[in-house]
Amino acid sequence: MKTNQEPVKAGHWVELTRVVLPAAKRAPNLPAETKKTDLVLKVRGFLLEDAALGAEAKVRTLAERELTGILTDAEPRFPHDFGNPVPELLQIGRELRAEVRDILQQEREANK
Amino acid sequence: MSRDTSYEAVMARRPEIMRKALGLDYKQFERGGLAFDYEAMMKATGYTINRIMDIQHKSKVGNTPLFELKNITRLVRKTAAKGKGARIFVKDEAANASGSFKARRSSISIHEAARQGYAGVVAATSGNYGAAVVSQAGMHGLKTIIVQEIFDSRMVGQPEIVEKARVCEALGAEVLMLTVGPELFYVMLSVLEETGYFNASLYTPFGIAGIETLGYEVVKQCQEQFGREPDAVLITHAGGGNVTGTARGVRKAGAKKTRIIGASVDLSGLHMASDRDFNRKSFTTGHTGFGIPFATWPDRSDVPRSAARPLRYMEEYYTITQGEVFYTTEMLAACEGLERGPAGNTSLTAAIDIARHMDQDQIVVVQETEYTGAGKHPTAQLTFAKQNQVQVRRGDPKENKPGEAIVIPEHLSQIRAVEVPMDKLRKSYLKNIIKELNGREPSAAEWDYLAEELNTDVQKVKELLKTVNE
Repeated sequence: MKTNQEPVKAGHWVELTRVVLPAAKRAPNLPAETKKTDLVLKVRGFLLEDAALGAEAKVRTLAERELTGILTDAEPRFPHDFGNPVPELLQIGRELRAEVRDILQQEREANK
Repeated sequence: MSRDTSYEAVMARRPEIMRKALGLDYKQFERGGLAFDYEAMMKATGYTINRIMDIQHKSKVGNTPLFELKNITRLVRKTAAKGKGARIFVKDEAANASGSFKARRSSISIHEAARQGYAGVVAATSGNYGAAVVSQAGMHGLKTIIVQEIFDSRMVGQPEIVEKARVCEALGAEVLMLTVGPELFYVMLSVLEETGYFNASLYTPFGIAGIETLGYEVVKQCQEQFGREPDAVLITHAGGGNVTGTARGVRKAGAKKTRIIGASVDLSGLHMASDRDFNRKSFTTGHTGFGIPFATWPDRSDVPRSAARPLRYMEEYYTITQGEVFYTTEMLAACEGLERGPAGNTSLTAAIDIARHMDQDQIVVVQETEYTGAGKHPTAQLTFAKQNQVQVRRGDPKENKPGEAIVIPEHLSQIRAVEVPMDKLRKSYLKNIIKELNGREPSAAEWDYLAEELNTDVQKVKELLKTVNE
């Protein structure tokens, strides 16, 4: 959660968080480690009225629905990326291309 | 006015919510007890394959290229016995609007939702299907809500699913992003009840009919280019729709001898509803965690009767490991110039070992690719695996252990497709049927139904049933 003290202005693109089912009210037959957690929902939309982070707020979503929840982020990012270079992958292309070069060379010689 | 929105209450209203949200009365297909008329249900869509192709063409779906993977074929032949090493082709399904074959699956559903006058559609999916639904719905001016399982309880998102949330939002959907748990389905029902929108389920006859064009095109393209049908079609198997729809299309195109082969990533030992296991897997679809339960109990899905019934069509089934798929994904990029998403390369990985044992003049078609991007890429997934204490190393893929070690082959020769005997799947299916029968003997109609379900004859079903508990 961002710690900006200023309330977020209406109209901003924000993220709300809400507990959909508290741990005690979840489905039966869940694995133990899941059973002890709440089912939590995050949803993004345009903030309808100024609100502080951590306060109850209302948004209009891209499906034009009005939803409420705790305001947990303003201008939320999608944090995923391509990760770090992976040494275990880096050699694969070189190895295979070298093999292909050899095969193509042999084919060319055979066709001479 | 105040409806009970507890888990139990909403689940109890499921039949009523579904009836309103599916635009199809499933009761008409029931034939008593276990049995229902599958072909009547498929016919009830009212769409011929030519009509479907026309609808798909107008919505930027289908007619994807079939490419020969000449360098991969060369490499495979180096690891094969003399005269062995079939030609490998790939259907570049990433070329569909939304970047995967799932566009075929959503196109007819969404067309139907628009025709029936729904104002919007809802889909519960953490996969490529979400983007496919939003992409098609947007073209028809329908609103979309996608319900996703994306985070563990630490609110750490699986990168592949985070990417799918992003693309759904980019295409215009409200995305409900949930923590781990099967109550995804409860949330979907609540949303359907509240909005009155169409349930764009993966498992309706509209969805499966949309995939038939994929198998149909594969056969037609082979006939045009080589004057004959493919010897084998390899299909990544998860919920069963890809296998079912493709196989039906292959048969509709007149190919009777083409082997229908399913392949999944082996995630055995990981529990799909586990908060802990959730972020210890690098593949969020195309894996055994869906593949086996959905094959052996298709009606576990979110419709009264699933149109995805893979045991009716699948003739062989293989598993491969996460490390082998990452290796193959690198190979496709490095040797064929196609950078595509790893999950879509599941069946390509199995094809390497299958083609290795087939004759050189034979043709193997891998029937899909998917788009790649941030999150759904080998580097993203392996970085994430390491962050979640999964060991990543090169070595013999036999040492791969889902959730603990991803072992990337040192050489192509190490890639092995491990066969899961079809009778093992049939027996698991029957185990579920026994529970359903609860001690009674099946009727004659039910025996026939079971034989259809298991793509065999009544005698064989009876024999299998006897050995189920062995």
